[in-house]
Amino acid sequence: MTRFREKLAQRGFLLVALSALSALALITVFIVAEGVPIIAKVGVVNFIFGMKWAPSQGYYGIFPMIVGSISVTLGAVILGVPIALCCAIFLAEFAPRLMREVLRPAIQMLAGIPSVVYGFWGLVFIVPAIRVYLGGPGLSILAGSVILAIMILPTVIAISEVSLLALPRLYKEGALALGATQWQSIRGVLLPAAKSGIVAAIILGVGRAVGETMAVIMVLGNAVALPSSILDPARTLTTNIGIEMGYASGEHQQALFATGIVLLIIIMILNSMAQLAFRRR
Amino acid sequence: MVRPSTKSRVLAATLVALFATLVPLIGCGGRAGAGIILAGSTSVQPFAEILAEDYMKLHQDVNIDVQGGGSASGILAAQTGTADIGMSSRALEGDELKLWWVEIARDGIAMIVNPENPVANLTSEQVRGIYAGTITNWSAVGSPVGAIHVVAREDGSGTRASFEELVMGSDSITPKAIIQDSNGAVRQVVADDPGAIGFISLGLVDSSVKGVDLGGVAPTRDNVVNGSYRFSRPFLFVARSEPTGGVMDFVDYVLSDAGKQILGTEGLVTTGGSGQ
Repeated sequence: MTRFREKLAQRGFLLVALSALSALALITVFIVAEGVPIIAKVGVVNFIFGMKWAPSQGYYGIFPMIVGSISVTLGAVILGVPIALCCAIFLAEFAPRLMREVLRPAIQMLAGIPSVVYGFWGLVFIVPAIRVYLGGPGLSILAGSVILAIMILPTVIAISEVSLLALPRLYKEGALALGATQWQSIRGVLLPAAKSGIVAAIILGVGRAVGETMAVIMVLGNAVALPSSILDPARTLTTNIGIEMGYASGEHQQALFATGIVLLIIIMILNSMAQLAFRRR
Repeated sequence: MVRPSTKSRVLAATLVALFATLVPLIGCGGRAGAGIILAGSTSVQPFAEILAEDYMKLHQDVNIDVQGGGSASGILAAQTGTADIGMSSRALEGDELKLWWVEIARDGIAMIVNPENPVANLTSEQVRGIYAGTITNWSAVGSPVGAIHVVAREDGSGTRASFEELVMGSDSITPKAIIQDSNGAVRQVVADDPGAIGFISLGLVDSSVKGVDLGGVAPTRDNVVNGSYRFSRPFLFVARSEPTGGVMDFVDYVLSDAGKQILGTEGLVTTGGSGQ
């Protein structure tokens, strides 16, 4: 009887676990099935490196959006990662316990703010500031980068902090005993030792930035031309789907699914890189 | 321990069970119960929703379902009969003219600029040049506010299609244009940016932006009705064949004075209900 129950429970859990997996499988199969025909028709090279996106005229080139995704994400990493690292080092090594206990949940709160709120805030504060002080329409790569830099903070901070805290205390004590200052021990011993975790944190942050849609739709301007400066509007792969799905049908819709395939592949590569980085410690 | 063969059987059974529960879910997307289904242009949708709501207040037993999807899918839904009435915000063309249709109202497209921009009048050619990307500075049209920030709707939108048809001719809208996915978002960008120009439904122009005269003709309802304002488009109800019974009763209501009054207060220009 107990044995039967045990088996029943085991299979029950298996069923639930599989349902989560099969959701992934269903989505992947659906996106690929919908998107592949148009890629086959247009050609992989023309689709990925095509410079012109005008579905109503039959042009399906997503290169400007790939550039858009890369530049916005790069901007977010350049602006966000140094802040996140400093924050993680401070929390792990310097902050008194009480302060850490206040700061840590406060930073994690950032992850709980809906992305549409970030976008709206960016539209109301960041975009006009860029337009007035730096020129251009304000809706720009820079605006998107600033918003995404803030949005990736909690991910990068949390994982970097954890990997710093996971280091044996001996490392730091040893360094200090050898006469190194706090900063020397952090820079020379702790950061190199936690490198794999920090790299994984950055990659996961990049994944978050690449996948973000709502906030960037609102501040990026969504132009389909190849941007020539960070003050130009641009479109990312995600916003291409988000902004056009409302009216798309037929080949246009297929092309949006095909954009999803490219996005899926990028995210898969990023996630495997993060996994690899984690394992290499 | 479960032997491998049993394990794989369990796995197979699980997947089968899972798909078996999902398939019926996918299958039941059709119509449920008796009612009227409208589908199509998202420009017409909000107005149709208001009309449907009002009609359902008068006729408690009727259920009207208004769906979006765009003009193209609205016409397609009318052709295939998936919707009782398709909504279109562009004139029918080619094969589509075989369908039954009626014009419920006309919608003007207004060119809007920031209130700080002194420009008051543009010609059709100037608008076309601005959107084609050949005119890039306001100085070319006699305004001091600097670089022009072109704002347009996304590919596939009915408003964009109407604008392209009415204004652009063989030119296409510059890829450098800022793209926003609703009339409201376009208006917001133009209201915030002194250098911006956009196009939205005439009925949605408010005090946060300034409507520009077109070739000396102001974007007003009267000018749309009398035909002197050129940037206007029809809002159509389309069906496979002339509707009968409850569906026709709803169409008649929309074309009645009560329906016209609702459309009028919502900013549209009601015409005579011409159609076939």
